[in-house]
Amino acid sequence: MLSWTVTLVTAMVAISLILNLWRLFAGPDLPDRLLALDTMYINSIALIILLGIWLGSALYFEAALLIAMLGFISTAALCKYLLRGDIIE
Amino acid sequence: MNFLLELIVSIFLLIGGVFILVGSIGLVRLPDFFMRLHAPTKATTLGMGGLLIASMILFTVREPGISVHELLITLFLFITAPVSAHMMAKTALHQKNKMIERTTGQHLIARARQQKAPEVKPSLND
Amino acid sequence: MLSKPRFKWLPMPYHSILLFATWLLLNNTLAPGHLFLGSVLALGIPLLTSSLSKPQPALHKPMHTFRYALRVLGDIVTANLEVAFQVMGPIKNLNPGFFAVPLDLEGELPITLLASTVSLTPGTVSSEVSECRKFLYVHALTMKNEEELIQTIKQRYEAPLMEIFSC
Repeated sequence: MLSWTVTLVTAMVAISLILNLWRLFAGPDLPDRLLALDTMYINSIALIILLGIWLGSALYFEAALLIAMLGFISTAALCKYLLRGDIIE
Repeated sequence: MNFLLELIVSIFLLIGGVFILVGSIGLVRLPDFFMRLHAPTKATTLGMGGLLIASMILFTVREPGISVHELLITLFLFITAPVSAHMMAKTALHQKNKMIERTTGQHLIARARQQKAPEVKPSLND
Repeated sequence: MLSKPRFKWLPMPYHSILLFATWLLLNNTLAPGHLFLGSVLALGIPLLTSSLSKPQPALHKPMHTFRYALRVLGDIVTANLEVAFQVMGPIKNLNPGFFAVPLDLEGELPITLLASTVSLTPGTVSSEVSECRKFLYVHALTMKNEEELIQTIKQRYEAPLMEIFSC
Protein backbone atom coordinates (compact mmCIF):
# COMPACT_ATOMS: atom_id res chain seq x y z
CA MET A 1 0.00 0.00 0.00
CA LEU A 2 2.79 2.37 0.93
CA SER A 3 4.52 1.96 -2.44
CA TRP A 4 1.28 2.87 -4.23
CA THR A 5 0.82 5.97 -2.09
CA VAL A 6 4.42 7.06 -2.64
CA THR A 7 3.96 6.68 -6.41
CA LEU A 8 0.72 8.66 -6.31
CA VAL A 9 2.17 11.48 -4.21
CA THR A 10 5.29 11.61 -6.40
CA ALA A 11 2.99 12.04 -9.41
CA MET A 12 1.19 14.88 -7.59
CA VAL A 13 4.47 16.65 -6.80
CA ALA A 14 5.62 16.17 -10.38
CA ILE A 15 2.40 17.77 -11.68
CA SER A 16 2.93 20.69 -9.30
CA LEU A 17 6.49 21.09 -10.61
CA ILE A 18 5.17 21.25 -14.18
CA LEU A 19 2.58 23.87 -13.16
CA ASN A 20 5.34 25.88 -11.49
CA LEU A 21 7.44 25.58 -14.63
CA TRP A 22 4.54 26.97 -16.65
CA ARG A 23 4.35 29.96 -14.31
CA LEU A 24 8.12 30.38 -14.56
CA PHE A 25 7.92 30.73 -18.34
CA ALA A 26 4.56 32.50 -18.62
CA GLY A 27 4.74 34.76 -15.53
CA PRO A 28 4.16 38.29 -16.76
CA ASP A 29 6.63 39.98 -14.41
CA LEU A 30 9.88 39.24 -12.63
CA PRO A 31 8.33 38.71 -9.16
CA ASP A 32 6.05 36.03 -10.64
CA ARG A 33 9.05 34.11 -11.92
CA LEU A 34 10.75 34.54 -8.55
CA LEU A 35 7.70 33.11 -6.79
CA ALA A 36 7.66 30.16 -9.20
CA LEU A 37 11.34 29.43 -8.46
CA ASP A 38 10.68 29.69 -4.71
CA THR A 39 7.85 27.15 -4.98
CA MET A 40 9.95 24.88 -7.18
CA TYR A 41 12.73 24.49 -4.64
CA ILE A 42 10.23 23.55 -1.93
CA ASN A 43 8.68 21.00 -4.27
CA SER A 44 12.08 19.52 -5.07
CA ILE A 45 12.65 19.03 -1.32
CA ALA A 46 9.36 17.12 -1.32
CA LEU A 47 10.64 14.91 -4.17
CA ILE A 48 13.86 14.16 -2.28
CA ILE A 49 11.95 13.24 0.90
CA LEU A 50 9.73 10.93 -1.18
CA LEU A 51 12.82 9.31 -2.71
CA GLY A 52 14.14 8.73 0.80
CA ILE A 53 10.89 7.03 1.82
CA TRP A 54 10.83 4.98 -1.42
CA LEU A 55 14.37 3.69 -0.93
CA GLY A 56 13.97 3.38 2.84
CA SER A 57 17.11 5.37 3.49
CA ALA A 58 17.64 8.36 5.78
CA LEU A 59 20.70 9.48 3.82
CA TYR A 60 18.77 11.97 1.71
CA PHE A 61 17.97 14.13 4.71
CA GLU A 62 21.18 16.15 4.37
CA ALA A 63 20.47 16.89 0.71
CA ALA A 64 16.97 18.12 1.58
CA LEU A 65 18.32 20.36 4.34
CA LEU A 66 20.98 21.82 2.03
CA ILE A 67 18.42 22.60 -0.68
CA ALA A 68 16.15 24.24 1.90
CA MET A 69 18.94 26.54 3.11
CA LEU A 70 20.36 27.40 -0.32
CA GLY A 71 16.87 27.98 -1.72
CA PHE A 72 15.96 30.47 0.97
CA ILE A 73 19.24 32.32 0.62
CA SER A 74 18.95 32.53 -3.16
CA THR A 75 15.37 33.81 -2.91
CA ALA A 76 16.54 36.48 -0.47
CA ALA A 77 19.47 37.43 -2.73
CA LEU A 78 17.26 37.69 -5.83
CA CYS A 79 14.73 39.82 -3.91
CA LYS A 80 17.53 42.15 -2.81
CA TYR A 81 18.74 42.36 -6.40
CA LEU A 82 15.28 43.28 -7.71
CA LEU A 83 14.74 45.77 -4.87
CA ARG A 84 17.99 47.65 -5.10
CA GLY A 85 19.69 46.47 -8.28
CA ASP A 86 22.57 45.38 -6.08
CA ILE A 87 23.08 42.48 -3.70
CA ILE A 88 25.76 43.90 -1.43
CA GLU A 89 24.77 47.33 -0.17
CA MET B 1 0.58 -3.29 13.28
CA ASN B 2 2.41 -3.00 10.00
CA PHE B 3 -0.84 -2.26 8.17
CA LEU B 4 -1.74 0.43 10.69
CA LEU B 5 1.69 2.06 10.29
CA GLU B 6 1.36 2.08 6.51
CA LEU B 7 -2.15 3.53 6.77
CA ILE B 8 -1.05 6.42 9.01
CA VAL B 9 2.01 7.20 6.87
CA SER B 10 -0.10 7.05 3.70
CA ILE B 11 -2.67 9.46 5.13
CA PHE B 12 0.01 12.00 6.03
CA LEU B 13 1.68 11.58 2.63
CA LEU B 14 -1.64 12.14 0.84
CA ILE B 15 -2.42 15.24 2.92
CA GLY B 16 1.03 16.60 2.06
CA GLY B 17 0.71 15.83 -1.64
CA VAL B 18 -2.75 17.37 -1.91
CA PHE B 19 -1.63 20.59 -0.23
CA ILE B 20 1.48 20.86 -2.45
CA LEU B 21 -0.73 20.37 -5.52
CA VAL B 22 -3.24 22.97 -4.28
CA GLY B 23 -0.39 25.44 -3.78
CA SER B 24 0.80 25.04 -7.36
CA ILE B 25 -2.73 25.14 -8.80
CA GLY B 26 -3.25 28.40 -6.93
CA LEU B 27 0.00 29.69 -8.37
CA VAL B 28 -1.34 29.09 -11.88
CA ARG B 29 -5.02 29.99 -11.39
CA LEU B 30 -5.09 33.18 -9.37
CA PRO B 31 -5.22 36.43 -11.31
CA ASP B 32 -2.60 38.78 -9.79
CA PHE B 33 0.78 38.46 -8.05
CA PHE B 34 -0.37 39.36 -4.56
CA MET B 35 -3.12 36.75 -4.67
CA ARG B 36 -0.75 34.16 -6.11
CA LEU B 37 1.61 34.76 -3.20
CA HIS B 38 -0.97 33.31 -0.77
CA ALA B 39 -1.10 29.82 -2.29
CA PRO B 40 2.59 28.76 -2.21
CA THR B 41 3.44 30.39 1.12
CA LYS B 42 0.61 28.72 3.02
CA ALA B 43 -0.48 25.56 1.25
CA THR B 44 2.94 24.36 0.09
CA THR B 45 4.52 24.92 3.50
CA LEU B 46 1.79 22.88 5.22
CA GLY B 47 2.12 20.19 2.55
CA MET B 48 5.83 19.89 3.32
CA GLY B 49 4.90 19.60 7.00
CA GLY B 50 2.66 16.62 6.18
CA LEU B 51 5.35 14.85 4.12
CA LEU B 52 8.01 15.35 6.76
CA ILE B 53 5.73 14.07 9.55
CA ALA B 54 5.09 10.94 7.44
CA SER B 55 8.83 10.42 6.94
CA MET B 56 9.42 10.97 10.66
CA ILE B 57 6.84 8.33 11.70
CA LEU B 58 8.09 5.81 9.14
CA PHE B 59 11.78 6.04 10.08
CA THR B 60 11.04 6.08 13.81
CA VAL B 61 9.21 2.76 13.60
CA ARG B 62 11.36 1.06 10.95
CA GLU B 63 14.81 1.85 12.29
CA PRO B 64 16.27 1.48 15.77
CA GLY B 65 16.00 4.63 17.87
CA ILE B 66 13.83 7.63 17.17
CA SER B 67 14.22 9.77 14.07
CA VAL B 68 13.29 13.38 14.60
CA HIS B 69 15.76 15.21 12.38
CA GLU B 70 13.05 15.90 9.80
CA LEU B 71 11.72 18.29 12.41
CA LEU B 72 14.69 20.51 11.58
CA ILE B 73 13.60 20.96 7.94
CA THR B 74 9.99 21.54 9.01
CA LEU B 75 10.98 24.24 11.48
CA PHE B 76 13.36 25.82 8.97
CA LEU B 77 10.64 25.97 6.30
CA PHE B 78 8.06 27.36 8.73
CA ILE B 79 10.49 30.09 9.79
CA THR B 80 11.72 31.03 6.31
CA ALA B 81 8.45 30.83 4.32
CA PRO B 82 6.90 34.01 5.78
CA VAL B 83 10.22 35.86 5.51
CA SER B 84 10.61 35.08 1.80
CA ALA B 85 6.91 35.88 1.23
CA HIS B 86 7.39 39.27 2.88
CA MET B 87 10.48 39.97 0.76
CA MET B 88 8.71 38.98 -2.46
CA ALA B 89 5.68 41.15 -1.61
CA LYS B 90 8.08 44.03 -0.96
CA THR B 91 9.77 43.40 -4.30
CA ALA B 92 6.41 43.36 -6.10
CA LEU B 93 5.39 46.64 -4.44
CA HIS B 94 8.69 48.16 -5.51
CA GLN B 95 8.36 46.84 -9.08
CA LYS B 96 4.84 48.37 -9.27
CA ASN B 97 3.04 45.12 -9.96
CA LYS B 98 -0.65 45.79 -10.48
CA MET B 99 -3.33 44.38 -8.23
CA ILE B 100 -6.60 43.42 -9.90
CA GLU B 101 -9.16 46.20 -9.96
CA ARG B 102 -11.59 44.98 -7.32
CA THR B 103 -8.85 44.98 -4.63
CA THR B 104 -9.95 47.34 -1.88
CA GLY B 105 -7.62 49.88 -0.30
CA GLN B 106 -5.47 50.53 -3.37
CA HIS B 107 -4.90 54.14 -2.25
CA LEU B 108 -2.50 52.75 0.38
CA ILE B 109 -0.10 51.25 -2.17
CA ALA B 110 1.78 54.43 -2.98
CA ARG B 111 2.35 55.16 0.72
CA ALA B 112 3.40 51.57 1.38
CA ARG B 113 5.98 51.73 -1.41
CA GLN B 114 7.63 54.71 0.27
CA GLN B 115 7.46 52.98 3.66
CA LYS B 116 5.37 55.86 5.02
CA ALA B 117 2.42 55.66 7.39
CA PRO B 118 -1.03 55.92 5.75
CA GLU B 119 -2.38 59.46 5.46
CA VAL B 120 -5.64 58.85 7.27
CA LYS B 121 -5.85 56.62 10.31
CA PRO B 122 -7.41 53.36 9.15
CA SER B 123 -9.83 53.33 12.06
CA LEU B 124 -11.38 56.57 10.79
CA ASN B 125 -11.23 55.49 7.18
CA ASP B 126 -14.41 53.68 6.19
CA MET C 1 13.46 46.99 28.48
CA LEU C 2 16.47 45.42 26.87
CA SER C 3 18.12 42.21 27.89
CA LYS C 4 21.61 42.47 29.34
CA PRO C 5 23.91 39.49 29.63
CA ARG C 6 23.27 37.97 33.01
CA PHE C 7 26.46 35.94 33.06
CA LYS C 8 29.69 36.71 31.33
CA TRP C 9 30.18 33.17 30.08
CA LEU C 10 26.57 32.70 28.91
CA PRO C 11 25.71 35.83 26.93
CA MET C 12 22.77 34.44 24.94
CA PRO C 13 21.01 31.69 26.91
CA TYR C 14 18.14 31.07 24.46
CA HIS C 15 20.51 30.88 21.52
CA SER C 16 22.61 28.35 23.43
CA ILE C 17 19.59 26.11 24.01
CA LEU C 18 18.64 26.43 20.33
CA LEU C 19 22.16 25.56 19.16
CA PHE C 20 22.32 22.55 21.48
CA ALA C 21 18.94 21.23 20.27
CA THR C 22 19.87 21.85 16.62
CA TRP C 23 23.14 19.93 17.01
CA LEU C 24 21.36 16.93 18.51
CA LEU C 25 18.63 17.03 15.83
CA LEU C 26 21.19 17.33 13.05
CA ASN C 27 23.02 14.21 14.24
CA ASN C 28 19.76 12.48 15.25
CA THR C 29 21.32 11.04 18.39
CA LEU C 30 21.55 11.26 22.18
CA ALA C 31 25.00 9.68 22.45
CA PRO C 32 27.16 11.09 25.27
CA GLY C 33 29.89 12.18 22.86
CA HIS C 34 27.44 14.32 20.88
CA LEU C 35 25.89 15.68 24.09
CA PHE C 36 29.37 16.87 25.11
CA LEU C 37 30.31 18.25 21.69
CA GLY C 38 26.92 19.97 21.41
CA SER C 39 27.28 21.68 24.76
CA VAL C 40 30.82 22.84 23.90
CA LEU C 41 29.48 24.38 20.67
CA ALA C 42 26.42 25.83 22.41
CA LEU C 43 28.66 27.56 24.95
CA GLY C 44 31.46 28.52 22.56
CA ILE C 45 29.62 29.98 19.56
CA PRO C 46 27.62 32.60 21.57
CA LEU C 47 30.84 33.71 23.29
CA LEU C 48 32.41 34.42 19.90
CA THR C 49 29.36 36.00 18.26
CA SER C 50 27.53 37.84 21.05
CA SER C 51 29.21 41.13 20.18
CA LEU C 52 27.49 41.04 16.77
CA SER C 53 23.95 40.79 18.13
CA LYS C 54 21.64 43.75 18.49
CA PRO C 55 19.91 44.19 21.86
CA GLN C 56 16.36 42.84 21.72
CA PRO C 57 13.41 43.20 24.10
CA ALA C 58 13.66 40.68 26.91
CA LEU C 59 11.24 37.78 27.17
CA HIS C 60 8.95 38.67 30.03
CA LYS C 61 6.94 35.45 30.21
CA PRO C 62 8.88 32.73 28.34
CA MET C 63 6.30 30.05 29.16
CA HIS C 64 3.59 31.92 27.25
CA THR C 65 5.53 31.38 24.02
CA PHE C 66 4.57 27.69 24.04
CA ARG C 67 0.88 28.58 24.32
CA TYR C 68 1.27 31.10 21.51
CA ALA C 69 3.11 28.56 19.32
CA LEU C 70 0.36 25.97 19.85
CA ARG C 71 -2.34 28.50 18.99
CA VAL C 72 -0.49 29.55 15.83
CA LEU C 73 0.00 25.90 14.79
CA GLY C 74 -3.72 25.23 15.19
CA ASP C 75 -4.55 28.35 13.21
CA ILE C 76 -2.12 27.38 10.43
CA VAL C 77 -4.03 24.13 9.85
CA THR C 78 -7.52 25.69 9.88
CA ALA C 79 -6.45 28.72 7.82
CA ASN C 80 -4.82 26.45 5.25
CA LEU C 81 -7.98 24.43 4.78
CA GLU C 82 -9.84 27.72 4.24
CA VAL C 83 -7.28 28.99 1.73
CA ALA C 84 -7.28 25.63 -0.09
CA PHE C 85 -11.05 25.80 -0.57
CA GLN C 86 -10.86 29.44 -1.68
CA VAL C 87 -8.12 28.65 -4.19
CA MET C 88 -10.01 25.72 -5.68
CA GLY C 89 -13.38 27.53 -5.69
CA PRO C 90 -14.56 30.13 -8.19
CA ILE C 91 -12.19 33.10 -8.42
CA LYS C 92 -14.87 35.74 -8.81
CA ASN C 93 -15.97 35.08 -5.21
CA LEU C 94 -12.60 36.31 -3.93
CA ASN C 95 -12.45 39.92 -2.81
CA PRO C 96 -8.79 40.77 -2.19
CA GLY C 97 -7.95 43.74 -0.02
CA PHE C 98 -4.94 45.81 1.00
CA PHE C 99 -4.95 47.47 4.38
CA ALA C 100 -2.78 48.87 7.16
CA VAL C 101 -2.75 47.49 10.70
CA PRO C 102 -1.72 50.02 13.35
CA LEU C 103 0.93 48.45 15.58
CA ASP C 104 1.21 48.81 19.33
CA LEU C 105 4.25 46.52 19.51
CA GLU C 106 7.73 47.98 19.70
CA GLY C 107 11.07 46.52 18.72
CA GLU C 108 12.33 44.59 15.71
CA LEU C 109 11.88 41.05 17.05
CA PRO C 110 8.22 41.38 18.17
CA ILE C 111 7.21 43.04 14.89
CA THR C 112 9.03 40.35 12.89
CA LEU C 113 7.22 37.65 14.87
CA LEU C 114 3.85 39.35 14.30
CA ALA C 115 4.51 39.78 10.56
CA SER C 116 5.53 36.12 10.22
CA THR C 117 2.43 34.98 12.10
CA VAL C 118 0.22 37.15 9.92
CA SER C 119 1.85 35.70 6.79
CA LEU C 120 1.36 32.12 7.92
CA THR C 121 -2.18 32.38 9.22
CA PRO C 122 -5.55 33.72 8.24
CA GLY C 123 -5.43 34.32 4.49
CA THR C 124 -3.15 37.35 4.85
CA VAL C 125 0.42 38.20 3.79
CA SER C 126 2.35 41.05 5.38
CA SER C 127 3.97 43.11 2.65
CA GLU C 128 5.59 46.16 4.20
CA VAL C 129 6.31 47.89 7.48
CA SER C 130 6.23 51.68 7.60
CA GLU C 131 9.48 53.41 8.41
CA CYS C 132 8.21 54.65 11.76
CA ARG C 133 7.38 51.01 12.73
CA LYS C 134 3.79 52.02 13.54
CA PHE C 135 1.90 50.41 10.64
CA LEU C 136 2.01 46.98 9.03
CA TYR C 137 0.70 46.79 5.46
CA VAL C 138 -1.16 43.55 4.84
CA HIS C 139 -2.70 41.95 1.75
CA ALA C 140 -5.69 39.66 2.31
CA LEU C 141 -6.85 37.01 -0.16
CA THR C 142 -10.50 37.58 0.63
CA MET C 143 -11.90 40.24 2.88
CA LYS C 144 -15.42 40.69 4.15
CA ASN C 145 -14.93 43.35 6.78
CA GLU C 146 -11.70 45.33 7.14
CA GLU C 147 -12.34 46.47 10.74
CA GLU C 148 -13.10 42.93 11.85
CA LEU C 149 -9.93 41.51 10.29
CA ILE C 150 -7.76 44.20 11.92
CA GLN C 151 -9.38 43.50 15.29
CA THR C 152 -8.78 39.74 14.85
CA ILE C 153 -5.09 40.30 14.13
CA LYS C 154 -4.73 42.70 17.04
CA GLN C 155 -6.54 40.61 19.62
CA ARG C 156 -5.58 37.11 18.58
CA TYR C 157 -1.90 37.61 17.73
CA GLU C 158 -0.69 41.02 18.88
CA ALA C 159 -2.07 40.93 22.42
CA PRO C 160 -0.28 37.65 23.42
CA LEU C 161 2.96 38.95 21.88
CA MET C 162 2.67 42.14 23.91
CA GLU C 163 2.17 40.02 27.00
CA ILE C 164 5.24 37.89 26.19
CA PHE C 165 7.51 40.87 25.56
CA SER C 166 5.78 43.15 28.08
CA CYS C 167 5.87 46.28 25.94
